[in-house]
Amino acid sequence: MNAPAGQNVQPGTPLLEVQNLSVGFGGQPVVQGLNLTLRAGEKLALVGESGSGKTVSALSLLKLVPQAEVTGTALLNGRDLLQLSERELRGVRGDEVACIFQEPMTALNPLYTIGNQIAEVLTFKKGLPPREAHQRVLELLTATGIPEPERRANAFPHQLSGGQRQRAMIAMALASEPKLLIADEPTTALDASLRVQMLDLLDALQVRLGMAVLIITHDLHLVKRFAHRIAVMEKGLLVEQGPVADVFARPQHPYTQKLLNSRPQRPADLDRVAPEGAAPMSAQALKVAYPVPLPGLKGWFRKGRFEAVRGIDFSVPAGRTLGVVGESGSGKSTLALAALGLVPLEGTLQVMGQSWAAVQGQKHALRALRQQVQVVFQDPFSSLSPRFSIEQIVGEGLRIHHPQASEMERRDRVLAALKEVGLLGGLTEEQQLAWLQRYPHEFSGGQRQRIAIARALIVEPRMLVLDEPTSALDVTVQKQVIELLLQLQRQRGLSYLLITHDVDVIWAMAHEVMVMREGRVVEAGTTERVLKQPEHPYTQALVGSAAAL
Amino acid sequence: MSSSTESTAVRPSLSPSARAWQRFRRNRLGFVSLVLFVVLVVLSLFAEVLSNDKPLVVRYEGTYYFPLVQDYPETVFGGDFDAPTDYLDPFIRERITEGSNFAIYPLNPYGPRTLNYFAKEPNPSGPSRDNWLGTDDRGRDLLAQLIYGFRVSVLFALALTAVGVVLGVVAGAIQGFFGGKTDLAFQRFIEVWGSMPELYLLIIFSAVFAPSITLLLVLLSLFGWMGLSDYVRAEFLRNRQLDYVRAARAMGLSNSQIIWRHILPNSLTPVVTFLPFRMSAAILALTSLDFLGLGVPPGTPSLGELLSQGKNNIDAWWISLSTFAVLVVTLLLLTFMGDALRDALDPRKADR
Repeated sequence: MNAPAGQNVQPGTPLLEVQNLSVGFGGQPVVQGLNLTLRAGEKLALVGESGSGKTVSALSLLKLVPQAEVTGTALLNGRDLLQLSERELRGVRGDEVACIFQEPMTALNPLYTIGNQIAEVLTFKKGLPPREAHQRVLELLTATGIPEPERRANAFPHQLSGGQRQRAMIAMALASEPKLLIADEPTTALDASLRVQMLDLLDALQVRLGMAVLIITHDLHLVKRFAHRIAVMEKGLLVEQGPVADVFARPQHPYTQKLLNSRPQRPADLDRVAPEGAAPMSAQALKVAYPVPLPGLKGWFRKGRFEAVRGIDFSVPAGRTLGVVGESGSGKSTLALAALGLVPLEGTLQVMGQSWAAVQGQKHALRALRQQVQVVFQDPFSSLSPRFSIEQIVGEGLRIHHPQASEMERRDRVLAALKEVGLLGGLTEEQQLAWLQRYPHEFSGGQRQRIAIARALIVEPRMLVLDEPTSALDVTVQKQVIELLLQLQRQRGLSYLLITHDVDVIWAMAHEVMVMREGRVVEAGTTERVLKQPEHPYTQALVGSAAAL
Repeated sequence: MSSSTESTAVRPSLSPSARAWQRFRRNRLGFVSLVLFVVLVVLSLFAEVLSNDKPLVVRYEGTYYFPLVQDYPETVFGGDFDAPTDYLDPFIRERITEGSNFAIYPLNPYGPRTLNYFAKEPNPSGPSRDNWLGTDDRGRDLLAQLIYGFRVSVLFALALTAVGVVLGVVAGAIQGFFGGKTDLAFQRFIEVWGSMPELYLLIIFSAVFAPSITLLLVLLSLFGWMGLSDYVRAEFLRNRQLDYVRAARAMGLSNSQIIWRHILPNSLTPVVTFLPFRMSAAILALTSLDFLGLGVPPGTPSLGELLSQGKNNIDAWWISLSTFAVLVVTLLLLTFMGDALRDALDPRKADR
């Protein structure tokens, strides 16, 4: 390794001074009067919910946000980045300041090998001849802990796993030995166990190279573990900043307090709900397989088989929650589709004593069974049809299951359902009716998720399948949605099949839990037992990484 | 102040299509093009009133006659022959306008097929007081031909686009929604079908059958739906796996309800965007076929046929120039509309 560039800056002197930075789009201010100082070798976390302007402020330092109107000053070693010409900026980008992004799959060019992309930085920025560049690529990849760097350098992005891709991104960002690394949600797209490794890696490299890191995140546990200082943004304004320990111990601003309290808590009375009646859903030796194309000429005549769920048994207790936790690729989302009867399955899966296969083709029986099991999906932006008004979206279930209801009855029930999920509060009757005619794009993520819950509830199901119901939401909204779901469960005696990758959510909601990995259940039992005394090593890793973050 | 807050409170929410329409209206060039185009099409629908060799109303010796809707023999107006009246004949003209008789002629007193027997110059004759844009090589009034030719082109393009959209959407929807083997089979069929030589088929068919606009419409429709169906298919493939479709399925909706209510309205953006461009492509197709003599039957007013006349009579600049102008204006209007529509439906454009 060459001497890190960061060493010729005195530690403690300001590396980056942002003064009065404002960013706007088409006259609409997004960030207002931001002041930040970053010392050499310091790790600063910029924290806020989506739309708070944290990413925009960081990227506009390098003018990486198209069509943004940026004012203010951003001094990097005394040079104002915002006054630089595009040509001079190009010299700064990827050289003195490097970026890593959230989604490594889209941030790497799929047409070039990893080695090529890293070598490109070296030849352009450092003017290394190809042979030396190649040697340096291998060093960098080794430093990021990619196994078999020789082979990975010749791999294309799609041939690497998510964690390896993120490591390659980091290697690329570090190739030019930047003084400042901007990391935009570097771990959000990764599974929990990988996040810890990635943070450890960034930590180690930061110390070794002595660079400053500006990390943008919404994940407070990551901040606690990683950063020296924290800056909290709300709606384009910097509301609080200070050393991590101070801010976490004594948050001054109400918004910071709200953020810190947003970690979902397990209600004390969660286990007081006793299971009553028969289990609404149970499965024995459940398998779900997809056909996959086979390579070569063979693929013309027959298909391969990929088993996403490989023979699992479970039952959802009446009036309680069965949590299913696992990382991406564990088959948990496929399980959700199987529970809804949307994919063909093997083995038995019974809903209210009936199986999906038995009612296939019988219109009325199938419809009656569909009424019993409803679903809430992860992404509230794709789960509502953009061309329907709220009344149409929520009322659709009534059209199907209660076609005899009159227009007035239907509207009353839609209003009742929306009130039940905590919408329409404090509105006059006239405003409520105007509300019904609105379209999904006019609502925030949390409101949309409530609308999705109302749509599921209006047909009065016995059971809800919750497929990552909070993953796409901001932390403070997450907590509200979890509380709403718990309250609905108590009031209506609903059973939940809760599918998530987030151990915190399981802890806050589930009575029983099932840990899935590669289509199999590795451990199952009551939530208390599994999360407090995990037996399987995989569960231990999962719980450990969540508690650590 | 209070009135403004009130108006925001009760302001009705706009559906996505209503917002797209507002964005379209804000594009002045596109909106003006649409208005102009509609005005031109509506005017051309009343071509018989604007440009015709028959008077609209004739009052002859106390009786009213309506030559537009009914043919009268010349003997009615004191002529010698028991044949349909030629109202441009100076003798008849004199009879029906003398004394208390009167006749209201259209603005341009020529029909598309009317030969000007009384032209002062040999055909084709240049622009004059009688023929504002001159005549073609057979002595027919050019303005009348352009008006009727424009009408034929636009109506033909509308029909071709409508048929193409219906076929394309249905084919694309079936492929995209059912996917798998259905999609595979349909795609291969489209590849085979698309590789048929369209122009040769047209030549062969125009030799076998009597050329007519209907035949042309059927033949062009058979090949005109494929481009669109690819776009609709892609939209369906994307939309069918979105969560709101899954939620609808879990709700118990049938396939047809899901297609009709949920996927189709969300898949029409490319269809709408392409409408003006498809129209202009259809107009161009008809024009070029007419130019080659493979299009509408002889005698039908057509822009392509006028262009070919312009080519044959290169000295008669008024033929090619005015036809060219009509084509350019029509296609430009359509292109401006298409641009505005594309911007209006672009999800990345913020609406303010």
